[in-house]
Amino acid sequence: MAVKDRIPVPELEPSKRKKNFMEVSLGYTFELAYQEAQRCLQCKVPTCISGCPVGIDIPGFIIEIVRGNLKKSYEILKSYNYLPAICGRVCPQEVQCEGACVLNKMGKPINIGALERFVADFASQEGFDDERGKFSSSESIPNILKSEPDKVSALKSKKVAVVGSGPAGLTVASELGKLGVKVHVYEALHEFGGVLVYGIPEFRLPKEIVKREVLQLETLGVELFKNIPVGYAIHPKELLEEYDAVFVGVGAGTPKFMGIPGSELNGVYSANEFLTRVNLMKAYRFPEYDTPIKVGKRVVVVGGGNTAMDAARSALRLGAQVTVVYRRTEAEMPARRAEIHHAKEEGIEFLFLTNPVKYIGNESGKLIGVECIKMELGESDESGRRKPIPIPNSNFVVEADIAIEAIGTESNRFLLIQFPDLKTNKYGYIITNEYGQTSIPKVFAGGDIVTGSATVILAMGAGKKAAEGIVRFLTE
Amino acid sequence: MNEIQRNIIISKSRLAKGTYEFWIDNELIAGNAKPGQFVIIRTSEKGERIPITIADSYGSAFRIVVKAVGKSTIELCMKNEKEQLFDVVGPLGKPSEINYYGKVIVIGGGVGIAAILPIAKALKNAGNVVTGILGAKTSSELILKSEFSFADKVVVCTDDGSEGIKGTVVDGMLKEFEMEIPNIIWAVGPAVMMKTTSKVASEYNVPIWVSLNAIMVDGTGMCGGCRVLLRKEEDGGIKEEIKYVCVDGPEFDGRYVDWDSFIRRLQQYKEEEKQALDKFLERVGDMSWL
Repeated sequence: MAVKDRIPVPELEPSKRKKNFMEVSLGYTFELAYQEAQRCLQCKVPTCISGCPVGIDIPGFIIEIVRGNLKKSYEILKSYNYLPAICGRVCPQEVQCEGACVLNKMGKPINIGALERFVADFASQEGFDDERGKFSSSESIPNILKSEPDKVSALKSKKVAVVGSGPAGLTVASELGKLGVKVHVYEALHEFGGVLVYGIPEFRLPKEIVKREVLQLETLGVELFKNIPVGYAIHPKELLEEYDAVFVGVGAGTPKFMGIPGSELNGVYSANEFLTRVNLMKAYRFPEYDTPIKVGKRVVVVGGGNTAMDAARSALRLGAQVTVVYRRTEAEMPARRAEIHHAKEEGIEFLFLTNPVKYIGNESGKLIGVECIKMELGESDESGRRKPIPIPNSNFVVEADIAIEAIGTESNRFLLIQFPDLKTNKYGYIITNEYGQTSIPKVFAGGDIVTGSATVILAMGAGKKAAEGIVRFLTE
Repeated sequence: MNEIQRNIIISKSRLAKGTYEFWIDNELIAGNAKPGQFVIIRTSEKGERIPITIADSYGSAFRIVVKAVGKSTIELCMKNEKEQLFDVVGPLGKPSEINYYGKVIVIGGGVGIAAILPIAKALKNAGNVVTGILGAKTSSELILKSEFSFADKVVVCTDDGSEGIKGTVVDGMLKEFEMEIPNIIWAVGPAVMMKTTSKVASEYNVPIWVSLNAIMVDGTGMCGGCRVLLRKEEDGGIKEEIKYVCVDGPEFDGRYVDWDSFIRRLQQYKEEEKQALDKFLERVGDMSWL
């Protein structure tokens, strides 16, 4: 029997979306979701689950769509992952659940991400997403505690502080909140969500969705405090005294710069700054919003990851002509395929095997061009990717009034300088065991501050592991 | 979301034309702030994040001094007692390195006098001999002079000579240097003032801490917008280094700051700032009360 094709997810036309920040993917209707869900083979040994960092019962939530029981489907999703509307939108499914789907061999994996998003959005529309305590189901109790109800009830008298409200912190908060632990989340910015609000653009993840899923944590009794820079406003020592355990999920830190001549010129941004101005501060609505942004006519984005794609597509929407410069070829780009595809559809130009060597400024210190050099791929390096090597005398200049570097970040030292006992590796990231436990037994950590810049779902997976570690620690 | 009732303005007073002092209730900030640190304030949901140095704290309140120069700072100066500020976060930044150095000169220019005050006090408490050099355009714009009575000496400089030495703080600084070269200097004020005082310090080879008022967004080391280029001579060569004002600063040794690019970066949004201000003034009208 021939395998049916994937049901495409409706999207805004490139011509309609490239001038605004409206969400590109429109999501499945019930009818489309039903058709896609029917394609699921309901494997006896579901490989998709092993591809999911938080181990969602994927066939389980999909079969409930086919049965038309969306409430049950939502309950299943929610018991594994408290942020399904977010994950359905931003997880790199092609290398996780969908990559592991048996139908992927035929290039037709189930569109698990779109189904997850559909169920979460439907739940919100129908209003069955905010019943207090509803999702404290037995699935949320770690296996180690299933036969020990006394320990589970003892958790209710424990207090845990979560530092940082990004995907890792929110996951820890939801996992522990479900078990009745008293959780306090501290956020330094004026909005909750971390990278979900400052990093990922509105057209990929509407901020209303983040707000909705964060607010849901309150139904579990989790308390959230914003504008609190843990480190200076609350010293780590105080946290250690006041809480039974502490989770550090402060994310990645200062952006890296290539350090080429001219980096200090006006017009050179880090992707973090460009995206924060746009996403968190809504600079795209200046002067209605007070925070300005420079976009200019021609923008060069340096890098090949999701952040580079987000920056490029944001700049495009602000009216610029955008060129992405990447030192390897398209095949090596770490960005999600869908993002690269969307960027191309929208008219973003790519210069592969190209690397900037110098920023050129005018007499008033404003960027006017980026001098680049052509590259070729040499031997494979330790990451398994072929190393790009500059081709001598191949320099050329790309005109640009704005350049955005999206080449990664360093570790976040904001909190760590106040926390000298916390052991870090040579890159400044916190060292943990597999359950996120650090060199200080009651302190756990996860997400980018442990792994360096990674993805939302990996941070959530780390949050889930850490929550389990914290539960073990608190019940020992 | 859970919000403890804080950030209420408990007192506001006008120190000079367009310059206001606020005491704001926030026990976390007041209880933890150290000299040299700053807060970030937003006045509304659509507001930008404005970094301002903490000028003092007492009980559960901390003090800031704000000069109304653009849309956001004017809007802040329009806030009144009993009003609650939309967002306040802090303390941020590394505290000043308060130690015993011996003879110290602290220089404050304009609204920078407020920022230098807690640093000067802490230096005095650490046993240093502290000379304050306070500069303003004219006598009526000189703020907080009376609060420097703890200092061993206070020198006032005004551009028009209406009080103290006629000239800038650099003139005052050079006069002090004629008598005794200090062991260390702190200088806070407009970028050009910090640049010129750093130049003098460099010539005399005296360390000089300046507090950089870079353009910031998050203020927690995430965005990189406040980066500054430092240039040091090391091992016979020149070493250039990018530092972040919000987490590595705000204080740096002014002798190593690349002032030209720093000042240029401060001007980045000049056109947008003017556009926002014009639009704002159109809406709120007469500003002569400032």
